Amino acid sequence: MAIRTEPFILNMGPQHPSTHGVFRMRVTLDGEVVVDVEPVIGYLHRGIEKLGETRTYTQIIPLTDRLDYVASMTNNFAYVLAVEKLAGIKIPERAEYLRIIMAETMRIANHLMAVGFFLNDLGAMMTPVLYMWREREKLLDLYEMVCGQRLTYNYMRIGGVSQDVPEEFLPALKKFVAEMPGFIDEYDQLLSQNEVLLARTKGVCILPRDTAINTAASGPVLRASGVKWDIRRADPYSIYDRFDFEIPVGTVGDNYDRYWVRMQEMRQSVRILEQAIAQLPEGEVCARVPHLLRPPIGEVYGHIEAPKGELGFYLVSDNSIAPYRLHIRPPTLINLTALKDMVVGWKVADLIITFGSIDVCLGEIDR
Amino acid sequence: MTKAFPGTVVAADKAAVVVTSKSLYQVAEFLKNTPALDFDYLTNLTAVDYMDYFEVVYHVISLKHNHSLVLKTRCHDRDKPAVPSVVSLWRSADFQEREAYDLMGIIFEGHPNLKRLLLWEGFVGYPLRRDYL
Repeated sequence: MAIRTEPFILNMGPQHPSTHGVFRMRVTLDGEVVVDVEPVIGYLHRGIEKLGETRTYTQIIPLTDRLDYVASMTNNFAYVLAVEKLAGIKIPERAEYLRIIMAETMRIANHLMAVGFFLNDLGAMMTPVLYMWREREKLLDLYEMVCGQRLTYNYMRIGGVSQDVPEEFLPALKKFVAEMPGFIDEYDQLLSQNEVLLARTKGVCILPRDTAINTAASGPVLRASGVKWDIRRADPYSIYDRFDFEIPVGTVGDNYDRYWVRMQEMRQSVRILEQAIAQLPEGEVCARVPHLLRPPIGEVYGHIEAPKGELGFYLVSDNSIAPYRLHIRPPTLINLTALKDMVVGWKVADLIITFGSIDVCLGEIDR
Repeated sequence: MTKAFPGTVVAADKAAVVVTSKSLYQVAEFLKNTPALDFDYLTNLTAVDYMDYFEVVYHVISLKHNHSLVLKTRCHDRDKPAVPSVVSLWRSADFQEREAYDLMGIIFEGHPNLKRLLLWEGFVGYPLRRDYL
């Protein structure tokens, strides 16, 4: 006699250790196989876009820290670039270099956390994370030197950065940049050819190239699927056109490629940092900008290559001290569109690691 | 450029092309499927409330040619602003249209699953409208 079966609906989250925050997945299962998955979000919605409409342009900078709190320096960067584009502000050379240094160290810090937690989701409980955090701590120490904060920095200003770096900053950064390739080699030795990692990630949950483009995946998720698209190269902002670096691209778009692309990007960030430190000029760190900035009537869409993907700010100005409309294009919300395509037909355990491989941050998804 | 569709372009300048909401889907299809344009990547979709009308803004990019365009459409009906959905062209519009519906109250006709994204079911009002609060 045949046993009657039916699909099973499982609510994963919002409180679940592997969901990187308050995220709920409504998963339809056939036994252990995923048939459908629907993300349910909004648990961390703070209305940052609405708040922005009642604050001056400078007061919004600390709000951007609360988007992707794993890489808040990058959010500052994207926002101030958009405002400067809108108001036509030119910033001093030294500030440009300091921003690049912050953005690239932030990329390393973010990828260390992304890869660490990805391995955590794989079942390598805590050991890789603690290895990665050993290096991330050094970066947080650097940020503490420049702005006194370890998580929400509020360091960049419209027109530059809030203050120059202290004298102990550069030696510490140079030491970090010199040591980091050795540490990445160490991770590679420990992980990249690890049999369990390969078995669990090679060929698992593939995101085809066309789907990646159609769902507007960005950042490492897009590049892992074989699309050579990096805004630092495609639409150079700040002074990225002065640096020599490569864009690592995956081949098939499986979980391993998403891991591998992040490991390679850390090496490229180290390369950019070496060049930026060598070229760092002396001088002012902030242009003279009115405290109550009134950009001309108009609108702007500024986007940068954040560690997680394309982070965009859409600003509409009506020549008052607050933006008429502030819209944030969060990279990971849009990367989540492709989650279903990746996981359908795979097992629940693969769903968890694929979700980890997207590297989400709920602060940014829910805003 | 979009003279392929006479009478659809409301306004155009260097920054953006504004088309009527009726013709939006055809224009979007044209932009995506014409090989010389090849706008295959809808990067950002949002809506702005200008009190007289709502403006829905689409930032599209071509990864192949590395060019971009800002496409806009307007709807004047404040009670029931409706715009055709572009999810069938660019699936990245899925969450973004739901977000614009959730926070701004734009109805995207033809969206496969148009419900609130960030706020809970049963929430009254659309918080990102200028007359909210």
